[in-house]
Amino acid sequence: MLSVEEIKEIQKEIKQYPHPKVACIDALKIVQQHRTWVSDESVSDIAELLGMSDEEVDGIATFYSRIYRKPVGRNIILICDSVSCMIMGYESLSQYISKKLNIRFGETSSDGRFTLLPNSCLGDCDNAPVMMINNDHYDRLTVEKLDEILDRYK
Amino acid sequence: MERPLTQYIISDTSVGDLKNYRKVGGYSSLQKVLKSMTPGEVTNIVKASNLLGRGGAGFPTGAKWSLVPMETVKSGPKYLVCNADEMEPGTFKDRYLLEGNPHQLIEGMIIAAYAIQAEKSYIFLRWAYKKAEKVLRKAIEEAYEAGYLGNNILGSGFNLDMHVHSSAGRYICGEETALLNSLEGKRALPRSKPPYPAINGLFGRPTVVNNVETLSWISHIVEKGAEWFKGLSLTGTGGTKLYGVSGKVNKPGTWELPLGITFRQLLEEHAGGMINGHKFRGALPGGASTDFIIEEHLDVQMDFKTVAAVGSRLGTGTMIVLDDKTCPVAFVHNVEKFFALESCGWCTPCREGLPWVEKMLSSIEEGTGKMEYLELLSFNAKYMGPGNTFCAHAPGAAEPLQSGLKYFHDDFVKHITDKKCPWR
Repeated sequence: MLSVEEIKEIQKEIKQYPHPKVACIDALKIVQQHRTWVSDESVSDIAELLGMSDEEVDGIATFYSRIYRKPVGRNIILICDSVSCMIMGYESLSQYISKKLNIRFGETSSDGRFTLLPNSCLGDCDNAPVMMINNDHYDRLTVEKLDEILDRYK
Repeated sequence: MERPLTQYIISDTSVGDLKNYRKVGGYSSLQKVLKSMTPGEVTNIVKASNLLGRGGAGFPTGAKWSLVPMETVKSGPKYLVCNADEMEPGTFKDRYLLEGNPHQLIEGMIIAAYAIQAEKSYIFLRWAYKKAEKVLRKAIEEAYEAGYLGNNILGSGFNLDMHVHSSAGRYICGEETALLNSLEGKRALPRSKPPYPAINGLFGRPTVVNNVETLSWISHIVEKGAEWFKGLSLTGTGGTKLYGVSGKVNKPGTWELPLGITFRQLLEEHAGGMINGHKFRGALPGGASTDFIIEEHLDVQMDFKTVAAVGSRLGTGTMIVLDDKTCPVAFVHNVEKFFALESCGWCTPCREGLPWVEKMLSSIEEGTGKMEYLELLSFNAKYMGPGNTFCAHAPGAAEPLQSGLKYFHDDFVKHITDKKCPWR
């Protein structure tokens, strides 16, 4: 069930549009903000609130890369794997993180601390290689910098 | 050398707030427009300037605005949308303008909205641009407080609302009709054209979608005129351009330079040349969806027509350099993998062709590719080309593929005959 707060926030978005359905992406983002990911139950709840079918909402949820339909860790590492970052050596970064946290792309560490995801281009190509953890950008990365950065996230 | 778009961006936040922006003449163009110009006069001056869209396609901005019906009897709102979904790999120029001078964009948007008589505007922002989002939201709030947005702007009777929509993340959202579907809360599938958004856009209403860099020009063109704008470029096309370089160069970055500087000037004078021990082999001139240029093209001017004349596109003007220590097959594979992942899946050449291309490139890179793949790759590049697909995604993906196969043919063959990557 959606919380009173979630419903309030979604209804605020609905108001600015000609039809409640238009708020679907906003609603998914709001629920994810509160719960870190979007469960089947949340998809149904959003569908009911916006007058849509579950399938319609799920079709939208699964289309977008930044809506998570599986549980994620407390922190999300997004490593840019696009071409500028490839030239500048992102692979050594992802290999190091993979080994250190014992997870591959798409997995969450057993302590639930980190989820590791690839991401195509973070728009910071002149400072490649780049990654984001949650909402924080890190650029001009080297393997040596990674331990200290990862330590900031509990 | 004039740098109208970036001259006041000294540090990242130098003209970020309204007070500083007004100190350098900000919002005086808007005052002039609302006081003394008709919407048609604004469109005409932008038309006369020949401002070509800076999002990659280079479509004339004034012509786009002219398609919007200007009937006096209104049957609903019109919309202006700023495409700030900069997701083209290798492209980072709009971020610089968004973070550095948000009011320049907002003022341009208000004038553009006035020209087409839109009453609602959206900035469709790339999800990863968290700092830009913060800067923009604050600037919009300031503009409302100062009476530049909202009802009866500066006493003119013109009304405009502005919202920031932060994307949920998908490259195809940068395609203007897919972007509109996404703003409507749907899957970002491109729409069939015609009808064009100028007639039937957001919520079925007339809509103009312009890029950040394009809209950032409007206040300057209105203030200084079409002839001034034309005089800024080296080619007569008009304006400066935000160029950028990434890859193994000494000083990667983005610079505002006269439209029409050569690849060599950009690479050597601004990006500081190749890093010691690395040789230039080629580059994608304007993001991942443009054809390679190689050494023999370095003296070509970086303008829309001149780059097209050598078989590529200026695109976003931010170039990705391929050096001799990077495997060209790995480069092309990386780019095609991106396009395969980001295909929306709507039409067949893109949905089926791109994963097929990606698999073949992967096996060539791994040393298990076959000679016949080269022909199959060309076959796919041809069938993903213009006219066979719903939108420009697959044709864009075909560009680095077909030119990569042409210019780095020997490297592809060597991977297949040696059964391994020579760079590993």
